[in-house]
Amino acid sequence: MAMTHRLKLDIITCDGRGLCADLLPERIALDDWGFPMIDPAPIDDTLMPHARAAVAACPVLALRLERNVR
Amino acid sequence: MRRGPAVVVANGSEGEPASEKDKLLLTQAPHLVLDGVLLAVRAVGASEAVIGVERGTRALQIVSDAIAERADLEASVPVRVVEVPRHYVAGEETALVHLINGGEAKPTLTPPRPFERGVNRRPTLVSNVETFAHLAMILQWGPSWFRALGTGDDPGTALVTVSGGVARPGVMEIVLGTPLSTIIDAAGGPTGGIQGVLLGGYYGTWIGPDDVRSARLSNADLKPLGASLGCGAIVVLPAQACGLAETANVLTWMAGETAGQCGPCVHGLAAVAGAMRDLVAGRAGTDTLDQLHRWAGQIEGRGACRFPDGAVRLLRSALTVFSDEVSSHLRRGPCTGAGQSSHLPIPASEQTWR
Repeated sequence: MAMTHRLKLDIITCDGRGLCADLLPERIALDDWGFPMIDPAPIDDTLMPHARAAVAACPVLALRLERNVR
Repeated sequence: MRRGPAVVVANGSEGEPASEKDKLLLTQAPHLVLDGVLLAVRAVGASEAVIGVERGTRALQIVSDAIAERADLEASVPVRVVEVPRHYVAGEETALVHLINGGEAKPTLTPPRPFERGVNRRPTLVSNVETFAHLAMILQWGPSWFRALGTGDDPGTALVTVSGGVARPGVMEIVLGTPLSTIIDAAGGPTGGIQGVLLGGYYGTWIGPDDVRSARLSNADLKPLGASLGCGAIVVLPAQACGLAETANVLTWMAGETAGQCGPCVHGLAAVAGAMRDLVAGRAGTDTLDQLHRWAGQIEGRGACRFPDGAVRLLRSALTVFSDEVSSHLRRGPCTGAGQSSHLPIPASEQTWR
C-alpha cells in the first residue's frame, strides 16, 4: 500500500501572499493576480520537504497536505 | 459522527436575472411544490423542511399562505420559508444552506456537500422547486406517464423562460427535446431577426443562428454544442444588437455579484469584464483577445463554487459565436449596436447577503 500526498488549497481562506509558490515552484504557480494554481500531481519523496515548507509558510493556513492511501 | 435526521430544502431562490420560472411556479402552484417536498421528507426521513424564496417577490407571501393552509404538513414536519437575498450565487446549494444556518448567502468550501453536512450539520437534500413539483406529479400519475413525453435520456417536461427579442416573452412548459425554433415561435417569434440565443441564462452558453435553427432542447442534444438547458432561461438576441456589448454588460454585472471570497473570481471576473468593455468600446489592443483566453483559463475551476466557471463559459461562447463582431470591433472600433440599451436584464445588486 503506497502512501501519496497531494496539496489541497482552501481558496476562500487564501489571500494570495504567494509564499507557497516560492517554496514549491515544481507544483505551484501564481496566476496573474498572485493566487496559487496547484498542480494536482502527487508529491513524491524528494518534493515532500519543500511541500511541507510551503504548507508551513502559509500565513493564513490555506494550504495543506492530504494523505491518500491507495 | 452525530448526524441526526435529514433536512429537505426546496430551492426557489432564482438569482438568475433572465429566469422567472421558479417565481411563477411558486406563485401559481405552491401546493404542488409542497406536495413534492412532503414526499421527499417521507423518502429521506426528514424532520424539517425549508423553502428558499427570493426576497422581494410575491411568491414569499403565497408560499407562506400555502403552508398555513396545509394541515397535513403541520401534522408531519415543520416547513418554513427562508427569504433569500437577491444575489446570483445565493442560489448555490452551499450558499443557501449557509444562509439557513444563520450565515451569509455565500458559498462554502466543498466537501462537505450539503448531503454530507448541511442545515444544522445534518444531511440535507437540496433540490430546485421544479424538481419537487415533478416528484409530486410522478407520484400522482406514475413514471410511465412522465416518460410518455420527452426523450429517453431527458424524459418529461421542463419550465423555460423565453425573453429578449420575441413578441410574447414569458414562462412556458416545454416537452424536452422540442426544437428551439418551435419554442421561439411559441413565444410569438423573433421581433428583429436572430443573431444568437443565450441558453441557460448568465451561467449559460451563446449559440449562433445555425445552431438556433437545428438545436433541440434536451441536455443530450445540447451537449455537442457545449450548451445545456441549465435553469431554462432562453434569451433571443435580435440581429441589430451587439452580442459582445451584451456579454460585456452581463460580465460587468457578474463581476459585481461575486461573493468576494475567492481571489481568482474577484480579480478574474473584474479583469475579463474590463477587457470586454475595452473590446466593445474599440479600446482593445492586439493582445486583448489572447489575454481574455489566458484569463479564462486561469479562472476556470478555481472558485469554491461554479459561479466563475459560468462566467467563463459565457465569455468563451461569446468570443466564438460573435467572432465576426470581435474582428470588426478590433478593426473598426465600436459598432452601432454597442450603445443600445441592454437586451439582457441587468438588475440592481442587493447590498446585504443575509
